[in-house]
Amino acid sequence: MPEANNPRALLLEFANGDDLLAAAGRVREAGYRQLDAFTPFPLEGLAQTIGDRATRIPWFALIGGAAGAFGGLFMQWYANVVSYPINVGGRPLAAWPAFILPAFELAVLGAVLAAVVGMLVENGLPRLHHPVFEAERFGCASDDRFFLWVAPTEPHLSYPAGRAVLDELGAVAIHEVPA
Amino acid sequence: MADERSVNPQAPTETLPLQPYGSVSDQIAMIPLHYPLRRRWLIGLAASALFTLLLVVAIGYLFYAGVGIWGINSPVFWGLAIANYVWWIGLGNAGTLISALLLLLSQQWRNSLNRFAEAMTLFAVFCAAMFPIIHLGRPWFFYWLLPYPNVMALWPQFRSPLVWDVFANVIYLLVSIIFFYIGLIPDLATVRDKARGRLGQVFFGVLSLGWRGSAAHWQRWRRTYRICAALAVPLVVSVHSGVAMLFSVGQLAGWQTTIFPPYFVMGAMFSGFGVVAMIAVVLRHTFRLDSLVTTRHLDLLAKVLLASGLITSYGYIMDAFTAWYSGDPFERSTLIDRFTGAYAWSYWSAVILNFVVLQGLWFEAVRRNPVLLFLIGASVTTGMWFERYMLVVTTLYHDFLPSSWGWYVATFWDWSLLAGTIGLFFFLFFLFVRFLPMISMFEVKEVLREERVEARNARSQ
Repeated sequence: MPEANNPRALLLEFANGDDLLAAAGRVREAGYRQLDAFTPFPLEGLAQTIGDRATRIPWFALIGGAAGAFGGLFMQWYANVVSYPINVGGRPLAAWPAFILPAFELAVLGAVLAAVVGMLVENGLPRLHHPVFEAERFGCASDDRFFLWVAPTEPHLSYPAGRAVLDELGAVAIHEVPA
Repeated sequence: MADERSVNPQAPTETLPLQPYGSVSDQIAMIPLHYPLRRRWLIGLAASALFTLLLVVAIGYLFYAGVGIWGINSPVFWGLAIANYVWWIGLGNAGTLISALLLLLSQQWRNSLNRFAEAMTLFAVFCAAMFPIIHLGRPWFFYWLLPYPNVMALWPQFRSPLVWDVFANVIYLLVSIIFFYIGLIPDLATVRDKARGRLGQVFFGVLSLGWRGSAAHWQRWRRTYRICAALAVPLVVSVHSGVAMLFSVGQLAGWQTTIFPPYFVMGAMFSGFGVVAMIAVVLRHTFRLDSLVTTRHLDLLAKVLLASGLITSYGYIMDAFTAWYSGDPFERSTLIDRFTGAYAWSYWSAVILNFVVLQGLWFEAVRRNPVLLFLIGASVTTGMWFERYMLVVTTLYHDFLPSSWGWYVATFWDWSLLAGTIGLFFFLFFLFVRFLPMISMFEVKEVLREERVEARNARSQ
């Protein structure tokens, strides 16, 4: 086992969100790029600090909503004008004002489904077996602790030298994620 | 302001008493894992299961014998079933509004209330969705209401509010489930990490989809959650407006009025906030959650209840004014019937239970008193049921011609459906309280963090 001592990643544990945010900013400045952070609740600005790209979820929602709306309008028009027209007191068959409500509901459904599915796909969930779960104390990431994930393969700072940098960040503890 | 705060760290503007993040998970996540009140829970579950059984019997007998077992007859073809339906779906609306609308308005106090309010929505909408189906003469054909290509070459009639209602309800139920679940995922992960037994770990692990709280995940999650919330608010308004149009698109005196959609939406919010207030008081007392659901929460809930009640009473006044001002003799006679007719008791019960009792909430001592707030919530919930009854029956029993005047008296089977759905609601709620985190832990922690940051800023000044 030649690589037994070489962990997959280091997990820096912090006691509060501000320490994590400060540490993430400093590590990012030091040139680290393969960063991730794990927190019990969303921290404003954390994703930007560790350098995440923008999400396309709003576009998914827009497309899903438009598909629901226009699909719904088309369905109603086809059903009540083309396929099964009923003359009710000579009123117009293509009753657009009446079609709006079902079309609106379908637009909401389409947008919500697209946004949620898009979120799960972008996040790579469901995934029950991520390596980070192997780290000691990672269970506290959903409770009251804040973790910073640093990969030892960073080109800028290789693991043994980088460790000295990491030690100065004020982490409560540094854990290893087993390879 | 800042100095005052630093002197008194628990100034009245703060929602929650400062406490470590861990204490939130300890209080909430431990309830599904090590349920504290097993005996009481079993008794409650059994009692509600009994009423659920009554519901099963009532529906079974209805399917066997037909709607003739109800009190409905010409001219009152809409009886308790429709009143119950409107009542239930109205109760549900408040959960979505408290969760989605207050999220978008950054009202952080909602974070202690939104989870059980959303659960309340789900179960109420579920109870509501039953009534339109069992109210059909031939309920086994209910799927004819859905548009699908079929060999009969039939389509629903989309110009009818009845079909709008099908879309509104089905989609509202689906979106409520999705919204509830998306908001629940991070908390399921917390329960998973707290679980020591294999069963709990697997159950909550699978339900939480392997959530690990990564920064990128949180960012996308939050974006999605806010998008869903922004869509849920107009959805709620459209759902209850659709319900209102079932009435107001009809030609009958007392129903055909343009104020109905907003009047119904406000009434729905009003009654639902009454239920949320009751649930908050009961859960807080039962599980000793005073540090998470504080008297300030009760105070704010009571204020919203008061405000929505006053807007609903404006609806009552304008409804009556419009009927009088129209000069239409049928509108006027329906209005007089509501005040003095055979069903005047339902009108005055609604007015007294909804608006007279409500005035107690002007006093801070009442708003912060859990028992009084519970009683006022119960009064509003009951009052709004009387309102639904009044709206359905008083219009139908006196139609335009004396030949279509008649009575409506609900039968045992009508009442057993109401009691049965209430039992089903409690049954589902007992299961929710037992197996899922009933308060949103991570959102409460967010509030705690902001309060910490504020407190520190105040000190450093």
